[in-house]
Amino acid sequence: MTTVVLAPVARKRRNRSLTRFLRNPAAILGLVVCVLIVLTALLAPWVAPHDPDFQFPEGLTMEGAPLPPGGAYLLGTDLLGRDLFSRIVWGARASLTVGFVANGVAVLLGVLIGALGALTRGWVGTLIMRFTDVMLAFPVLLLAIALTAILKPSLWIVALVIALINWVPIARVVYSEVAALREREFVEAANAVGASGGRILRRHILPHLVPTALVWGSLGVSTTVLLEATLSFLGVGVQPPTPSWGGIINESQSYLTTAPWLVLAPGTAILLTSLGFNLLGEGLRDALDPRGGL
Amino acid sequence: MLGFLGSRLLQSVLVLIVASVITFTLAFLLPADPARMVAGPSASVATVNSIRHELGLDRPFLSQYTSYLNRLVHLDLGRSYKQSSEVSALMASRIWPTVQLMLGAIALELLIGLPLGIWAALNRGRWPDTLVMGLAFLGAAAPQFWLALSLVYLLAYRFALFPLGGYGGLNHLFLPALTLGIGGAGWYARMMRSQLLEVLGQDYIRTARAKGQTPALVLLKHALRNATLPIVTMIGLDIGTFMGGVVVVESVFGWPGLGRLVWDAIRVVDIPIIVGVVIFSAFAITLANLLADFVQPFVDPRVRYR
Repeated sequence: MTTVVLAPVARKRRNRSLTRFLRNPAAILGLVVCVLIVLTALLAPWVAPHDPDFQFPEGLTMEGAPLPPGGAYLLGTDLLGRDLFSRIVWGARASLTVGFVANGVAVLLGVLIGALGALTRGWVGTLIMRFTDVMLAFPVLLLAIALTAILKPSLWIVALVIALINWVPIARVVYSEVAALREREFVEAANAVGASGGRILRRHILPHLVPTALVWGSLGVSTTVLLEATLSFLGVGVQPPTPSWGGIINESQSYLTTAPWLVLAPGTAILLTSLGFNLLGEGLRDALDPRGGL
Repeated sequence: MLGFLGSRLLQSVLVLIVASVITFTLAFLLPADPARMVAGPSASVATVNSIRHELGLDRPFLSQYTSYLNRLVHLDLGRSYKQSSEVSALMASRIWPTVQLMLGAIALELLIGLPLGIWAALNRGRWPDTLVMGLAFLGAAAPQFWLALSLVYLLAYRFALFPLGGYGGLNHLFLPALTLGIGGAGWYARMMRSQLLEVLGQDYIRTARAKGQTPALVLLKHALRNATLPIVTMIGLDIGTFMGGVVVVESVFGWPGLGRLVWDAIRVVDIPIIVGVVIFSAFAITLANLLADFVQPFVDPRVRYR
């Protein structure tokens, strides 16, 4: 009975959100950029013209300097004579793997902990939220750097550390949303007819959190990619020889004045990825909830 | 009012205590052997053990933590493993450069962000609005270290307007502060724009306009005052973040602040310094947020302490 009545309404709202999203040029731009980058990462072996790790004997000048863009190598070569474009294409894999894994775990943790904090009134909820207060007092980047450095950096350690840091703001957003939801009539009604806590969470609370999870699922990838790039730039992120955008810039820092493309090109890749997921996330937020956000 | 002050203060102290427990626990659990680090790779096992005993690292966790906390309330952060001096002395010498960088960064954030935000709000929906919002997105998406290197390449190498790095007067300060300023300015521009748009739609602004006040006066006297509150909160958050050590910018520019100190310590696993800076940062962040709360009623009389 209820589903029959509610389904058309829900569908109509979804259509309206979709229309709003499609009419927002910034959101479409974000979506296109994201799709292109994800495809690049997935199809890296076919997109990259060369082996990213192969050191071409003719990839360096007579003096041993990297080759500038143009010519046989689209974006030039790096300090070891490897094809820069191929390394950037493969670097998309490392960035997006960390981006999606770390952010996925963070969203999952954030939604679960935030919802749990709001639903269990009393001291458990208070304790959870006070814990997020403490987490917000920590210097996030410093903590990430120290932990990854000392735990022996690797792609998965980086993802784990970022996830353990990034769930906090998500949990706080979800907490305030669930705190408002639990006072609504339909939750009261479900309670009154004797639905269990788990059923209320699954059927009546979690569906309302889908927009939040979607928005953070996209916005969070942007911050995660930036954080991963920063860690790799400092040398405590994804380790060479695995190509990563931050790592390429780290290796090439001392060539800044003689071969600036080695810093410019991977930096642009980071910027585009971060921008794409940012625009997509903001677009989703505007489409799903026109009131929220700045 | 006193009740509000008291409860916020108590809350902050609790947050800091828990933060110190977490930091200390993490440092304790880390799979690094400080005694071996101090002794060096060629020292004998006996030497390492005697150093471990000397540092008190063979005592149980709780005993180590209580003695750490006891020293902490006396502002004693212990001795560096690698450098033969007190952590608090090492940190004290780095605080002033970090404060300078923080002041420069916040000044530039405001100087860049606020006018752009006002410009965007006054031209809502037209090209200046689109331009400013686009720039704000770019600023938020640009990785800090890349922005730093690009500024070095462009302004220090290509046009040779500023030194490549190092510590010194205002010309040394400018590029690192600008790196941080560009990153933050976008947030200020967005906040200013949305605040102003909200205020500009209200009745008292229409009244002021109807009275025949010039647009500039309406903006300065009526609109901006009511739009500044969240900006104050943001400044408070920024003070905390920047005092917490800007590792990336300080290491790219060779700026001898807290961020550089802790980065050098991380690379040699000098745990007392790492723990000291992390706790100092947590303290700075908490204090800055507290300050922002307290200042609010002075900026905006509509806000009362609750």
